[in-house]
Amino acid sequence: MTNQTKKARGKLNLVGLSKTDYKGMPTTLCQGCGHNSISSQIIAACYELDIKPETIIKFSGIGCSSKSPAYFLGRSFGFNGLHGRMPSLATGAMFGDHHQIGIGTSGDGDTASIGMGQFKHIMRRNLPLLYIVENNGVYGLTKGQFSATAETGLFLKGHGTNQYMPVDIAWEAVVGNATFVARSFAGDPKQVKELLKAALSHNGIAILDIISPCVTFNNTDASMHSYAWGREHEVALHELSYVPPREDILVEYEEGEVLDVTMHDGSSVVLKKLERDYDPTNRSRAIQLLEEANRKNWLITGLIYIDTNQPSLFDLYDLPETPLNRLAEDQMRPEPGTLDQVNAMMF
Amino acid sequence: MTAIQTKIKIEKPLDSRVIINDFSITVGTANGSGSQTSNLTLLRSLFKMGIPVSGKNLFPSNIQGLPTWYTIRVSKDGFLARREEHEIVVAMNPGSFIEDLAGVQPGGVFIYANDINLPIDREDIVIYPMAVQELVQESDAPSSLKNYVANMVYVGVLAQLLGIELERIYQALDFHFKSKQKPIELNFSIVKSAAKWAELNLEKRDPYRVEAMDETHDLIMADGNTAAALGSIYGGVNFAAWYPITPATSLVEGLEEYLPMLRKDPQTGKNTYAIVQAEDELAAIGMAIGAGWAGLRSMTSTSGPGLSLMTEFAGLAYYSEVPLVIWDIQRVGPSTGLPTRTSQGDLSMVNYLGHGDTQNVILLPGSVNECFEFGWKAFDLAERLQWPIYVLSDLDFGMNHWMTEPFKYPNTHMDRGKVLWEDDIEQLSGKWARYKDVDGDGIPYRTIPGNQHPASAWFARGTGHDENAIYTEDAGEYERNMMRLKKKYDTAKSMVPKPIIDVKQDANIGIIAYGSTLPAVQEARHHMAEKGLQTDFLRLRAVPFTQEVTDFIYDHERSYVIEMNRDGQLHQLLSLEYAPVCAKLTSVAHLDGLPMTARFIQDRIEQEEEKRK
Repeated sequence: MTNQTKKARGKLNLVGLSKTDYKGMPTTLCQGCGHNSISSQIIAACYELDIKPETIIKFSGIGCSSKSPAYFLGRSFGFNGLHGRMPSLATGAMFGDHHQIGIGTSGDGDTASIGMGQFKHIMRRNLPLLYIVENNGVYGLTKGQFSATAETGLFLKGHGTNQYMPVDIAWEAVVGNATFVARSFAGDPKQVKELLKAALSHNGIAILDIISPCVTFNNTDASMHSYAWGREHEVALHELSYVPPREDILVEYEEGEVLDVTMHDGSSVVLKKLERDYDPTNRSRAIQLLEEANRKNWLITGLIYIDTNQPSLFDLYDLPETPLNRLAEDQMRPEPGTLDQVNAMMF
Repeated sequence: MTAIQTKIKIEKPLDSRVIINDFSITVGTANGSGSQTSNLTLLRSLFKMGIPVSGKNLFPSNIQGLPTWYTIRVSKDGFLARREEHEIVVAMNPGSFIEDLAGVQPGGVFIYANDINLPIDREDIVIYPMAVQELVQESDAPSSLKNYVANMVYVGVLAQLLGIELERIYQALDFHFKSKQKPIELNFSIVKSAAKWAELNLEKRDPYRVEAMDETHDLIMADGNTAAALGSIYGGVNFAAWYPITPATSLVEGLEEYLPMLRKDPQTGKNTYAIVQAEDELAAIGMAIGAGWAGLRSMTSTSGPGLSLMTEFAGLAYYSEVPLVIWDIQRVGPSTGLPTRTSQGDLSMVNYLGHGDTQNVILLPGSVNECFEFGWKAFDLAERLQWPIYVLSDLDFGMNHWMTEPFKYPNTHMDRGKVLWEDDIEQLSGKWARYKDVDGDGIPYRTIPGNQHPASAWFARGTGHDENAIYTEDAGEYERNMMRLKKKYDTAKSMVPKPIIDVKQDANIGIIAYGSTLPAVQEARHHMAEKGLQTDFLRLRAVPFTQEVTDFIYDHERSYVIEMNRDGQLHQLLSLEYAPVCAKLTSVAHLDGLPMTARFIQDRIEQEEEKRK
């Protein structure tokens, strides 16, 4: 590649790539869709973190959200699987080369309706995976039915008023033993990006519930998944910034003003206090917070819960340094002599 | 010992016949009473005496209490299929006593625990009581184990009555209890005292005897699920995801038992495998597909109800072309069906598993040894064809112990299929397409996640895709891709195991069968040949059908298709494939959930042949 074309690609990061190298196909989602904004932040976060796209594997289920992995990280492998079954596909695939980084993109239907079971079980296993739920309270591809996260009383054209109680994804994640639970809002891209970076540094499952408005079917001012409602009701827990490994925290804070969470890879997440004291390492506090937020109609955003001490799935398996998918035949097929022993072990 | 008196003594004149190594023993016990140890001990002792023997557990879907039977066939001629005739019946369970008594062949033997106080109204058989409770009370077994060791009494009594060598029984116990002296001695002492008691208290009045032979010394005894697990291990399995289901569970338990012993990396001591117990069958196959896509030798094992749940994912693997191995240890359906009975009822479902146009590649092992062989071969086929490979075993293979040839080490290197790594992509200057038929065999090239070449990645999907794996709804692209998959299926015909064909002189009648019906077919053919009806035999080992199957059907005036299901599923598939000559095919299908008998096959074929006279 010549210097000229390098220049044309824009500024290069530490792995010699420009932001363009992190892009995917042009989106086919609606203009203004929250998911597109999230895709842009994924591109930005990975570029800024100097992650080689070849070291990332993308996963998704079915739905608008699950189409989006085609629109970011075109140089990463990806598997757009079945509705609600992204977690199992990701669990198996990540065993292929456990050094790779996994990003799962799901929606509220994909995760909280058809995929609730797999969602719960991927959390128990603590698979290292950034699990994004692009949560808009509505089914888009089938044209505007209620999802399980739709609030009671939501009115949708053609379907009337939702009578059922909603599923709170962050709540399910906290009680489901997820080791990283955050909520954000697609209308707050700066926070989305910082949370993505933090989540990508977590050694375990990182659930990121992002309210991501559906501009076509569920964006009226009264809807709890709309841009207007989000802007009006967002209550940020803290001002969150991600500090990469080996980089000093430059800004000075007053004592008691910040909380510094050290991540598995040596990076840290700096949480600057806003209106309230909040310690995201305290699970019962997280549950209380979500209760309060529900009661008061707050869209709580930020890092809700984190536990950096739990072993990840791969910590439990005693795998070789060489990825399983690069083992040679002599590492996979026992020596002939062993079969004589095996036959002798039969009766 | 001599002080113990039998409660009932029914005299019957001495039978002058002597029948050696040719009869069936059936033991009726209560489920969960520990009878499996006793039954396997009997089976293994006879096997170690060099006598051809088979054992089948006919058990209920229950943990404890319901009647369960174990039937052992001793056959000097090497016929090992189940028989419906029971010459010797042992009744340990009051709950099945009347049924057990009624089931004894005329001239046969009924041995029962003498604490069961039920009327015995048969004069045409020899009856021996066993002082089970007295012998157990006299033993030094701890009270918590007394019920379990009670079943060793019939082992000892049968040993005395039939002439089973006690040292062989010791050998069997030593194996069963992995040389742990305490349980071996405890059980063996009951066997010995029961044998002694029988010697002193029972007058031998029946004709049945065993005598040592030399027919088994180069064989092993194993169950099909263990064989499948071991075959998979020698096939290099890296990943297994599963969910418990009878009768498939013991397959993954076999992996759990033998992988730690056989598959630590020689250099690092690390595991070269991973097993995940999933939350259900959907997740089990989902994980297995993920792993197969990521370049692992990946598998799952299940049975019919599990496969029903896996269907959606099966379609994804077919269409996105992911290699993995799926073992189906068949049980009786539909629905929950008879969970502990055997069947070949999943063939049609598996053949088409998945909606839309799907046709799957299926392996059909016909012996425990072949469960091992197909265990490793299935991975080669899966990676070569980039498809799920289904291996249809059944409960009879999977959970019963069979004598079989020792497992043979794979005679070919692993075939990892058409995989492009970094250097390959570099040589192609980054120009390749995931679903392009470069070689004209319908099998494209693939790259595996983890490949660090910037041009290696592709986006797998269950949606319509073009050669570059990019989403498309283009009619031409869709059709081209589907026709390539059809071509790939045709290619599979040249790769799957060919049928085993046994041709007799002058036979114009064929028999087509597969799987665990093999012993019954062999025996039926023998008996029919003795009566002048010669048959040729094709043992099918895979679907799609190869040229040999075509030739066999065309070359025979008519063929009987033997299988264990209601609708004659193999007969249906063959009739579709060979529609112009389907009148040559007659279905002989056996339904009741019990392993096939030679008698059934023989009767049905003879009836059909009679109609033609």
